[in-house]
Amino acid sequence: MTQEAVTTNSAAPIPRARKQPAKKLPSKQLLGIAGIIGFLLLWELIPRVGIVEPRFLPPASEVIAALITDFGLTAFWVAVGETMLAWAIGLVMSIVLAVVLGFIIGSSMFLRKFTNSTVEFLRPIPSVALIPLAVLLFGVKIESTLMLVVYASFWQVFIQVLYGVADVDNVAMQTAKSYGLGAMARVRHVVFPTALPYLMTGIRLAASVALILAITAELVIGSPGLGREIALAQSGGAISGMYALVLATGLIGVVINLVMRFIERKTLSWHSSIRSEVIV
Amino acid sequence: MQSETTPGTTPAPAGKTLPGNEAMLSVRNLKKVYKTDGGDIEAVRNLTFDLKAGELACLVGPSGSGKTTLLKCISGLMAPTEGEVLLNGTPVSGPPKKMAVVFQEYGRSLFPWMRVRENVELPLKNQGVPRAERDKLVDDALEAVGLSHVPQSYPWQLSGGMQQRVAIARAVAYQPEVLLMDEPFAAVDAQTRADLEDLIRTVWRKLGVTVLFVTHDIDESVYLGERVIILSSSPTVIQEDLTIDLPDERDQLNTRSLPRFTELRHHVYEQIQLAKQGHRPAAAVQTDSSAGSGAA
Ligand SMILES: Nc1ncnc2c1ncn2[C@@H]1O[C@H](COP(=O)(O)OP(=O)(O)OP(=O)(O)O)[C@@H](O)[C@H]1O
Ligand SMILES: [Mg+2]
Repeated sequence: MTQEAVTTNSAAPIPRARKQPAKKLPSKQLLGIAGIIGFLLLWELIPRVGIVEPRFLPPASEVIAALITDFGLTAFWVAVGETMLAWAIGLVMSIVLAVVLGFIIGSSMFLRKFTNSTVEFLRPIPSVALIPLAVLLFGVKIESTLMLVVYASFWQVFIQVLYGVADVDNVAMQTAKSYGLGAMARVRHVVFPTALPYLMTGIRLAASVALILAITAELVIGSPGLGREIALAQSGGAISGMYALVLATGLIGVVINLVMRFIERKTLSWHSSIRSEVIV
Repeated sequence: MQSETTPGTTPAPAGKTLPGNEAMLSVRNLKKVYKTDGGDIEAVRNLTFDLKAGELACLVGPSGSGKTTLLKCISGLMAPTEGEVLLNGTPVSGPPKKMAVVFQEYGRSLFPWMRVRENVELPLKNQGVPRAERDKLVDDALEAVGLSHVPQSYPWQLSGGMQQRVAIARAVAYQPEVLLMDEPFAAVDAQTRADLEDLIRTVWRKLGVTVLFVTHDIDESVYLGERVIILSSSPTVIQEDLTIDLPDERDQLNTRSLPRFTELRHHVYEQIQLAKQGHRPAAAVQTDSSAGSGAA
C-alpha cells in the first residue's frame, strides 16, 4: 500500500468537515493577529508612559530587538539545544516507560487494582518537590533536569494509556480472538489502535509539561539550558535579555503544541474526534 | 400438536444427533449460566445437536433465547457452564482455527482504524497467507458482497448494511470450515438481503463449508437452510429440529412460491409462537421432523 494512495483517498471526506471552519478561519486569524499587536502596543506603552519602570519591564521593541540579537548568537542556540535535548530525552523516556507499564498494567485487572492506590498516591506529588533529591543524586547536570521531566510527563502518558487500554471494545476483541489472532497480534491490531488516541493526548500534554519542567529545573538547579540563561541574565542585570529568553521559551511552547497537534491529526485520521460523518 | 400435549418442564434434548464420527460439530448437553452481580441468569438450559460436514442449518428462536450465547460457546469465546462442544470430535476450548464468526454487532466487530480492505485482509495476513493469494481472496470476497468499489474507505464511512457486508466478506475470505453467523442480515434492505441469502448459499456450496445461521426471519430460515433448529424461550432447550425438504436449487421467486415453502414457514411460525408463549417441547415424544412438518 503506498502512502500516496492512502492520503489521496482519505482526503475525500475530510475537506467537508473542514469547510465550515475554513470560512471563519481568515477572520479568526485576523482577530488573533490584531490581539497580539494590541498586546505588544500595550506592552510598548506601559513602560514608555511610565506606569511601570523600564528597568523592570523594558518596552516590547527593546525585548524583541534583544531576541533578534539572540537569534544571531551561538550561545543562545546552544542553550536552546540543551533545553530541547533534556526535553526530548525526558519525553521519550517517559513515553516508553509509560507505554510499556501502561499496557502491562492496563491489560490485567489484578495489576490495575494492585497498583491503583500507589498511583493515586504518587501522581499528585509535584515534580518540583523532587528538586532537592535530584540535586543530591545528580548535581547540576542534565540528569537532574531529566529526572523532573520524566517524573512529571510519565503520569500524563501513563494515565491516558490506562484509559485507552480499558476502552478496548469487547466485540472487536472477540472478533480478533475468533480469527485466531494471538495475544501479541491482538495488542498490535486491537489494543494499540484503540489506545492510540488516548496515547496521543497523553503525549501532547506531556510535551508541554516536559518543557515547563525542563525550564524550571534549569532555572532552579542551574543545570544547562535556557532556564539557567534566564537566571544568569536576571542576576547580570540584562533585563531585556531576560525577557527575550522568556519570550523564546514561550515560542518553543507554541511550536511544540503545533507540531504535536499536527502529528495527532496525521496518526488519527480515522478517529471519531476527527471523523467527518459517522453512521451508527 | 405435540408440544401442547405435554407442556412438561423436563428439558428434552430434541436436536438431531449423528452416530460416531460423522458429525463436524457436536453440541452436547450445553448449558450456560451467566453469573452476574444481580444473580445468575440461565441463558441456555440444555442443548444437544449435531451438524454434519457441509450442512447449512438455521437457528431461530425468540429474542433473548440464547442464540448469541450458543454461538459464543461454539466458537470457543466462552466456556459453557455444563456440557461440551466438539469440532471433528475434539472438544473446543478456545477459538478453533478453521472457524469464522460474523457477529451480530457488526459495527463494533470491524476495526475503525483499518480500511475495508485491511479489515478483510487482517485474518489472512495473521495466518501468513502469501500476498498474491491473499489479494485474490480479498478481491473475490469483496466482489461477492458487491463492495469492490470501496476497498479504501473506512468502515464508518459506509452504511450499516455495507458494514455488515464487509464483515461477511471477511468471513468468506478466511475460507473457514465452519461459519457461524449471528443475524447477519438484520441491517440490510430487502433486495440486498435476497442477494446476500443467495450469496451465502453459493459460498456454502462452493466451499463446502458447514454453516450455522442465526436469524429472526422465519422466511429466511426456511429459504436458506437444509434444516431449521427452533429454540424455545428461556430457559432454552430445542423446541424442534426441522428438516427443510425443499429442492436444493433455490430461487428467490420460485422457491418462495412453492406450497411446501408456505407449509414449512407456517409450521416454524407456529412453533415460535408456541415458544414465545412458554410452551416446552414434549419430553417423552422425540420431535421428529416428518411428524413435525406433517402437522403444518
Ligand atoms: N454477558 C452477559 N451477562 C449476563 N447475561 C447475559 C450476557 N449475555 C447475555 N445474557 C443473557 O442471556 C440471555 C440470552 O442472551 P443472548 O444474547 O444469547 O440472546 P439472543 O438469542 O442472541 O437474543 P437476540 O435475538 O435478541 O440477539 C438473555 O437473557 C441475556 O440477558
Ligand atoms: Mg443475539
